[in-house]
Amino acid sequence: MAEQVVERPAAPVSPGERGRLWRRFRRRPMPMTGLVLVVAFLVLALAGPMLTRDPSAQDYNAIMMPSSGAHPLGTDDLGRDALARIASGARISLQAGLLSTLLALTVGIPIGLVAGFYRRWLDPVVMRLVDVVLAFPFLVFAVGLAAILGPSLRGVVLALSFIQLPQVIRITRGEVLAAREMDYVAAAIADGSTDGHILARYILPNCAGPLIVQATVAIPIAIIGEATLSFLGLGVQPPTPSWGVMLTTAQQYLDQAPWLAIWPGVMIALATLGFNLLGDGLRDVLDPRSGT
Amino acid sequence: MTPVLEIDGLVKHFGAGRGQAVHAVDGASLSIAPGEVLGLVGESGSGKSTVGRCILRLTDPTAGTIRLDDTDITHLSRRALRPLRRDVHIVFQDPYSSLNPRFSVGRIVGEPLRRHRVASGRELADRVAAMLERVGLAASLSRRYPHELSGGQRQRVGLARSLILEPKLVVADEPVSALDVSVQASVLNLMTDLQRDMGFSCLFITHDLSVVKYLADRIAVMYLGQIVETGPAAEIFASPQHPYTQALLSAAPVPDPVEQRERSRVVLGGDIPSPLDPPAGCRFHTRCPVAVERCRTEEPALVSRRDGGGPVACHLVTGADVPDLTAI
Ligand SMILES: Nc1ncnc2c1ncn2[C@@H]1O[C@H](COP(=O)(O)OP(=O)(O)OP(=O)(O)O)[C@@H](O)[C@H]1O
Ligand SMILES: [Mg+2]
Repeated sequence: MAEQVVERPAAPVSPGERGRLWRRFRRRPMPMTGLVLVVAFLVLALAGPMLTRDPSAQDYNAIMMPSSGAHPLGTDDLGRDALARIASGARISLQAGLLSTLLALTVGIPIGLVAGFYRRWLDPVVMRLVDVVLAFPFLVFAVGLAAILGPSLRGVVLALSFIQLPQVIRITRGEVLAAREMDYVAAAIADGSTDGHILARYILPNCAGPLIVQATVAIPIAIIGEATLSFLGLGVQPPTPSWGVMLTTAQQYLDQAPWLAIWPGVMIALATLGFNLLGDGLRDVLDPRSGT
Repeated sequence: MTPVLEIDGLVKHFGAGRGQAVHAVDGASLSIAPGEVLGLVGESGSGKSTVGRCILRLTDPTAGTIRLDDTDITHLSRRALRPLRRDVHIVFQDPYSSLNPRFSVGRIVGEPLRRHRVASGRELADRVAAMLERVGLAASLSRRYPHELSGGQRQRVGLARSLILEPKLVVADEPVSALDVSVQASVLNLMTDLQRDMGFSCLFITHDLSVVKYLADRIAVMYLGQIVETGPAAEIFASPQHPYTQALLSAAPVPDPVEQRERSRVVLGGDIPSPLDPPAGCRFHTRCPVAVERCRTEEPALVSRRDGGGPVACHLVTGADVPDLTAI
């Protein structure tokens, strides 16, 4: 065959194959650790704030107290319960991670689909922009954007979603380019399908696997991004408890109350590690090109 | 009668960077009458699939015209083209990449009915079941997924999808060459029966002349993007005129060993030249055993033979001096 060499899309997951993929996933210790960490993080973020004290309630009789029965993780410089603030901070992290990623997917997938499917003038323009954004270190970009958008959770989410956009567009477009070479897409055209039908039913499902993997890579980066921006004063503002904000305060009291820095630091590390392990596992299972 | 398909001077060039172009199809003309099977034959890379893809507008021609049933579809928009797609479909070579792995067999075969809003619900399911049975598959297979089927079964599914709207024309692009030899014959027989029953016209693309010997009414031989000879199948097999056709025929195995030994052989040397830079003059002259000076400089036109047979593009056949090729 003298057909052009194109990268084949990852073998799509057909029904019935899902059970097999899950069994393959379950046997691996690292992805399962990741899954457990991520689930724990979700439970903490969703249920934590309901089970703990008011994170803004100040108790001047218990300033910077180490861990005790009343305050399992101690209290901060204003006598606020550190556990309650960790739980509320998890909620902020989750919002920053999930909302920015969802926003990037919502905007990026249609752009990638259209650019890859129709090519013409849109494709080179989009890809040039993508290259430009990717050329910057993402935190530099995020810091700049957050400074422009103003210090707030909204600004953080917008800035973090913007820096994820290029990857989402690139991955979607790549899958579209590979999928549109498949004979079954040509057959769908011959069937009399509209472009919208082909994009939604034939091409988008092929993008799902790689995009899920991308999301699990992007969420921890966004969690770190939120903490970093808030730490720098460009993100969530005190008294809202963000892990980054908590670290900013904690650095003044490293000697007297090291736990104030340790717990947010450990939480950021665990949440990030969880998503990364989960993402690696998903990539191995969903993408045969990763060579496993 | 108006031809179901009429292609005139079809050109398809693929950009290959640095101002170069792959001359995949370079001025091909052919037509197919209602109910006729035309075998399009040629080596790998001669542009057969590109012709087929242009007919379905899966790729846009660079020049020339394509008429389906007297409608010029060369420049129709994708939207304007959609209703016309009821009348044409295509069967692909690779039974693995031609079926969407996420769709069930029933869904795949029913898609044309759905997309053209021809049937839905119970009626759609019944028509799918009937079509599956018609291609020799159990109706119960409609709940299965492509990866659960064999190559031959998949190709029958592809055939069912192409035929469910009873199109006027089917482009079959090497529909059996990826299959096990043992199932090739049964799929070919099935296609012959279906064609006879349903009466659709067919452009049957193959690199193997023996495949179309019993199936095709007429044959068109393609070389490096051009049609070099066409004619009734029986005539092409009995007395091929173009040296390339003769070479293709002598490469094809003949079941009778005596005939195989005694027939004259024109052996093709070398590979097909690059379509990036096709040879000047007659494109076949670099490999032609009988080429003369004129062949290197002057491009032969596809003209009718003096004896009234199908048109041939060869100076030596249509010109003054016809050599006795069998003497070589
Ligand atoms: N999308 C494309 N882009 C660039 N070149 C192409 C493309 N499709 C086909 N070609 C080139 O056009 C020429 C004709 O290809 P085509 O697939 O039509 O030949 P074919 O006769 O069907 O061969 P085969 O028997 O291998 O299927 C080849 O040189 C091929 O490399
Ligand atoms: Mg081909």
